Amino acid sequence: MSAQVNLNAIPRLAPDEIESPPLSLGELTWRRFRRHKMAIVGVVVLILLIFYTFGGSFFISEKYANQTDTSQRLNAPSTLHRFGTDTVGRDILARTIYGGQISLLIGLTAMILETLVGILIGASAGYYGGWLDSILMRFTEAMLNIPQILLLLVMAKFFGGKIPNIPLLGRTFSGSVVVIILIIGLTSWPYLARIVRAEFLSIKENEFILAARATGAPPFQIIFRHILPNSIAPIIVSATLGVANAITLEAYISFLGLGVQPPTATWGNMLEGAYKYIESAPWLWIFPGTLIVLIVLAINFLGDGLRDALDPRSRTV
Amino acid sequence: MTRYIIRRLLQAIPLLFIISAVLFVLMQNMGDPIATLGGRMVTRPADRQRLARQLGLDKPIYVQYLFWLIGNDWTKADLDGDGIPDTQGTRHGVLRGDFGTSLVNRGVPVVQVIADRLPNTLILMLSAEVVIILGSLLVGVYSALHQYSIVDNLVTSVSFIGYSMPIFLIALMTMYIFAVNFKKWGLPYLPTVGMFDPNVGETVPQVIWHMVLPIFSISFISLAAYSRYIRSTMLEVLSQDYIRTAKAKGLPRREITFIHALKNASLPIVTIVGLELPLLLGGAVVTERIFAWPGMGRLFLDHLSASDTPVIMGILMLIAIAVIIFQIITDVVYAWLDPRIRYH
Amino acid sequence: MGTLLDVNNLKTRFHTPEGTVFAVNGISFKIDEGETLALVGESGCGKSVSMLSILGLIAIPPGEIASGTAIYRGADLLKMEEIDLEHIRGKEIAMVFQDSMTSLNPVLSIGRQITETLHTHMGMNHEQAVKRTIELLEWVGISDAPDRLGAYPHQFSGGMRQRVMIAMALACTPSILIADEPTTALDVTIQAQIVELVIHMREQMGMAMIWITHDLGVVAGLADRVNVMYAGYIVEEANVDTLYDDPRHPYTNSLLAALPRADRRRDHRLKSIPGAPPNLLVEPKGCPFAPRCEYARERCWDENPGLSVVGTNHRIACWVDIKTGDLR
Repeated sequence: MSAQVNLNAIPRLAPDEIESPPLSLGELTWRRFRRHKMAIVGVVVLILLIFYTFGGSFFISEKYANQTDTSQRLNAPSTLHRFGTDTVGRDILARTIYGGQISLLIGLTAMILETLVGILIGASAGYYGGWLDSILMRFTEAMLNIPQILLLLVMAKFFGGKIPNIPLLGRTFSGSVVVIILIIGLTSWPYLARIVRAEFLSIKENEFILAARATGAPPFQIIFRHILPNSIAPIIVSATLGVANAITLEAYISFLGLGVQPPTATWGNMLEGAYKYIESAPWLWIFPGTLIVLIVLAINFLGDGLRDALDPRSRTV
Repeated sequence: MTRYIIRRLLQAIPLLFIISAVLFVLMQNMGDPIATLGGRMVTRPADRQRLARQLGLDKPIYVQYLFWLIGNDWTKADLDGDGIPDTQGTRHGVLRGDFGTSLVNRGVPVVQVIADRLPNTLILMLSAEVVIILGSLLVGVYSALHQYSIVDNLVTSVSFIGYSMPIFLIALMTMYIFAVNFKKWGLPYLPTVGMFDPNVGETVPQVIWHMVLPIFSISFISLAAYSRYIRSTMLEVLSQDYIRTAKAKGLPRREITFIHALKNASLPIVTIVGLELPLLLGGAVVTERIFAWPGMGRLFLDHLSASDTPVIMGILMLIAIAVIIFQIITDVVYAWLDPRIRYH
Repeated sequence: MGTLLDVNNLKTRFHTPEGTVFAVNGISFKIDEGETLALVGESGCGKSVSMLSILGLIAIPPGEIASGTAIYRGADLLKMEEIDLEHIRGKEIAMVFQDSMTSLNPVLSIGRQITETLHTHMGMNHEQAVKRTIELLEWVGISDAPDRLGAYPHQFSGGMRQRVMIAMALACTPSILIADEPTTALDVTIQAQIVELVIHMREQMGMAMIWITHDLGVVAGLADRVNVMYAGYIVEEANVDTLYDDPRHPYTNSLLAALPRADRRRDHRLKSIPGAPPNLLVEPKGCPFAPRCEYARERCWDENPGLSVVGTNHRIACWVDIKTGDLR
């Protein structure tokens, strides 16, 4: 029988559309992400580190981590102290566990702070434009013109000792932790603010925004329900990488002695002055140093994967 | 073009004012300058008050800022506490080039304190910048041309690890390997302290030898990031139509890579390198501390701990000015290099 | 007139994550000296890819030249070393591309982009190259040529840029000029100018041309012979007059019928080709046009027809005689 096939008037179906069902944005994102194996590795390492730091506290008490014993100072790794002891005899393994908690805490909280500030400033500048934009951007530029580390050092000195220790959940957090979170958050927002502003400027021109305005939506609603969700991708990426950045910055300042003060441990302040013992006690910096690199690497992998997954236009390196 | 430069410079002025105001406010409550200046001799309240008046710290903050900007030689200060201003001020103010005197190095003008250390940092910075540019170009182009080869994968892995590491960790590691362990293994090892060996003196070879580890530490992170960036830019450029045209014209491969492709790929580098300066300066602080390099970074740290406000303000303003000028230079150079902007 | 280029059974594939794309499926053709061949077909039919394959401009991987020969003056281009191909490209066989804005290097002056071919292929020194470049630019109709040497592509209009591309391609007097849809991106009036220019150059230089296009309107005044391509196959070959007067392949027929014509009635409906563009991820078993062909028979689905003669210099790849509607 003659097969008279007449595929009439099927509007422009691309070849692969015929073969596979249409995927939602979430599904497409997950697929690309999965392809990015490094990001998976990053997530796994991150989870492991979280288990290490938070799970480890079930096995070792904080008191033990802060317990000094000068007779045992600078011991090399042994069965009793698997990572060795530091300059005042504290067990390094225990300190990496509790230090990790603080480092992660700082990373997350600082990121939240800087993201909130960044979105606030960027959105206001981008949406309202005009003189508000000019002022905010001048201010942003001014912040960007000062190297962040120097700014952090100055602010650490400024706030240093101003905030008392905080007892919370049965543990005592050094006030310097709050200081660090504050100053990192308050100096890291410019990058995000610029990105948010750029996104707002471009999305603002779209017709659906005009439609929303025409139907009388108040600015608050337009910003949070229309523009922001559409610009969420770079914000997520920036926030993820912001955690790594915050952890690194904390390490820098603590290394220079102006960060979190002992006895509260962080991976950063465990490295303070370690360069003096580089020959005699390398375990002082190898363990906390490795942990810092691991977590930053893991987050960078994750951030890279997210960037690829969320922004279809970005190129893979 | 000149109009553009002038406009940018004019725009920079309010920026600098904002920066200086912000910094100035931060400088207050930064420890105890009186203690620094007075040393051990300041225990009696009367002494403290006298010093406070001398430093102008008894005035409200906006007056202090004003004096900092335009000096106080046009007014009289009340130094003996009797309520009558009778001593002529001696400061000319920042706008006339006077950043005040250091509190730590008593009486020495801030400008001189900084000028003594500035060249040392500059040597480090500029050399690092050169290393970064050349290194990342070399590695980036090679990686792009040999995509997915063993070397490329190795470079990518090392780069990723590299820019996940804080500078001081890199410094520590390199110190550990090249200084400590080389010494242990009897190999010629690199020095880790200072600019030169005091026994030998400040000779060029000495300084260069001492610069190796610090420069490596400063530039490694940037190298890692930029070689990846150049690699991806090169790859993008190499997939462009005009490269296909160049090939279709039968041009030799070398010419296509280094002239047709690289000229396009290196444009963004200019911008990035120019804007890198603030980061490099920050990194210098840490590196100079670790390697005991007598530069501005170390100066900053030392005087920060001592609450030497004038010096800190001086350094920060200097850096802010340098960053702004560098930004303008970068923009101008970029506009000059890209014909699409130059001849729009 | 001797045969310059003899292409036989060229097959090009691309290996992608989604599968293998069968871009060119065994095409063969010849070009004689001074001849103009038009390669016609819709986007994705393989006309550009086949030409790029011949010149070795396909990225391998993911591309792969699965089979075929392309004999140019006795040597097989597909088997040549890159270094030898470099001598052919630009000098013997030159190519002009569709998008002149992206095909010209934005950071090099147009003068430089022309003189470099003269340096490379003709061994000219700087002075000679500049002189020749000015000649070429004037020849293609660019006024104030000496002043324009240092200008950059973005400073020219689309039509001017295309002229520059043509000058660039003809600089070393190639034997064959391959033009890949050079007028598609241009306004109709500019299109006409460029086509006229090319005809003029052809008269002066006598080079052979392969003109790739999807626009049958352009072909009529330009080509000697036409090859119609679909889904990587050549489906009809004919002299240009024969093609317009007596098209025998259903696809060609549809293409011609789809052309708006000034001599038809205003309410005459344009005939479109039903169905979707072919899926190149699948190596077709039968005739690739079967899904969209109004004459399709069972045999068309089972067996690929291959080219067979229907007249002088006229071949089609079809089982059906469209005049009668029966199998041939």
